[in-house]
Amino acid sequence: MALEAPQVEKIAHLAMLDITAADIPEYARNLSDILAFVEHLEEVDTTSVVPLAHPLDAVQRLRADEVTEADEREAFQAHAPLTEAGLYLVPKVIE
Amino acid sequence: MHDKTVVELSAALSRGEFSSEELTRACLQRVAALDERLNSFITVTEAQALAAARAADARIGAGEAGPLTGIPFAHKDIFCTRDVRTSCGSRMLDNFIAPYDATVTQKLAAAGAVMIGKTNMDEFAMGSSNETSFYGPVKNPWNTATVPGGSSGGSAAAVAARLVPVSTGTDTGGSIRQPAALCGITGLKPTYGRVSRYGMIAFASSLDQGGPFARSAGDAALMLGAMAGFDPRDSTSVDRPVDDYSATLDDSLEGLRIGLPKEFFGEGMDARSAAAIEAALEEYKKLGATLVDVSLPHVGYSVPVYYVVAPAECSSNLSRYDGVRYGHRAAGAKDLEEMYKRSRGEGFGAEVKRRIMIGTYALSAGYYDAYYLKAQQVRRLIREDFLNAFADVDVIMGPTSPGVAFALGEKAGDPVSMYLSDIYTIAVNLAGLPGMSIPAGFADGMPIGLQLIGNYFEEARLLNIAHRYQQVTDWHLQAPAGFE
Repeated sequence: MALEAPQVEKIAHLAMLDITAADIPEYARNLSDILAFVEHLEEVDTTSVVPLAHPLDAVQRLRADEVTEADEREAFQAHAPLTEAGLYLVPKVIE
Repeated sequence: MHDKTVVELSAALSRGEFSSEELTRACLQRVAALDERLNSFITVTEAQALAAARAADARIGAGEAGPLTGIPFAHKDIFCTRDVRTSCGSRMLDNFIAPYDATVTQKLAAAGAVMIGKTNMDEFAMGSSNETSFYGPVKNPWNTATVPGGSSGGSAAAVAARLVPVSTGTDTGGSIRQPAALCGITGLKPTYGRVSRYGMIAFASSLDQGGPFARSAGDAALMLGAMAGFDPRDSTSVDRPVDDYSATLDDSLEGLRIGLPKEFFGEGMDARSAAAIEAALEEYKKLGATLVDVSLPHVGYSVPVYYVVAPAECSSNLSRYDGVRYGHRAAGAKDLEEMYKRSRGEGFGAEVKRRIMIGTYALSAGYYDAYYLKAQQVRRLIREDFLNAFADVDVIMGPTSPGVAFALGEKAGDPVSMYLSDIYTIAVNLAGLPGMSIPAGFADGMPIGLQLIGNYFEEARLLNIAHRYQQVTDWHLQAPAGFE
């Protein structure tokens, strides 16, 4: 399946990626090549095959609902681009 | 001392021939003198390394040393290291000083191993040539006009060039085995769940697995023994005792049944690599092994399955990089959406963006069944092929890579051609099996790797099979010119 420029723009929007207009033709070509390659999977009959989510078919391990980690908010927020009073700051969302 | 194995270095440390501080300084000096030609390190941690070496010397002096105590090594820059930059080869994390240690980091530190730095890698481990790194490509020490393989290219090049005796890597589709093959060293990808993924920056969570690089199977055994084990902090870690990987290295291979998948020996393999693999198999026959033809009928679909599953998981895992809590934030955005998009647009390189977009597309409304579900179904068929083969054989062998190291830039503009360089390694990740690559010869002076694939949790058997071959061959002892 060959992707056109508007589809590439939509995918980039869904992925929250800013891409430049000049790069769109190359993305369209690369992504189309990859999808064409992936479409070989249609040759395989997978009727009634259970999808494999985990190589060992393991299930999610559960644990008791207890606090096990120390509070390191200050250490973690030291790496944030912008914080104030223990909160992460982002550009205004609501006017 | 830089050409010695860990086993030899450890004995010399305990005899007091030299101290860990002297050994660590020697490694740091080699990095300073030689790494300009390779670019295998992103960060060198000299002060921390010397402090760790002095602590190791005290431990050795007190008679409390283990086999890795005082041994210098390097971490792939995907493992979080507290108070040290952990970049994952990306501009996105160029300013990220990890606030905690990965479990693998903790375990190697507890064993007394001395980290001297963090190695270069493809951005977020996405690549097969180490050319997608924000910090520039790594060069192969055997020929600096060629790639070292990827994504753990820096860790492989550093060990091949004798800058460090051992290092860590991660393998999602071949990222330990392929660079080990291209750099002429020993690399091991354990069974999925054997080594904790906690603090190992996620790419594709159902495939990612950490493991060691070394110049011998014996050294890889020591590293894996320290890295492996159950970790409650990793929800997919397997609760099962760790074998003593060194104890069975010398076991006999008499009666060993080696499976040769016909799909691995067909078209596409370089003739010189094929000849080297044939010669290696002859050595195994002399060691008492029997060769058995097997078939993995669906293995040819591994690369397309991988390029749905891995991008889908990557698009989900990398959604956390949003410029809010850590990592790169674009300056001057006027609203939140623009801030997200520009931070991610600036922070990620082209290959990472391609994979995020493929994954986003494969998981988007209307396409999930056709791509992701279909890929996971074929993935089960690939796994069943291996299980059927292992009903009849003890180990599967074949090439690690279709050819020797390719030239820098040769495949950079063609993603699908690059993806096909992992054609023999990817199925192993999809099935979650352990795999190794060991040196098995040269073509035009460039190393060729032999791949060994074992059944689940048979790392000890793989290391034994690799070690016995290394006792009767000397491919693994060859050093690249200029780095002897």
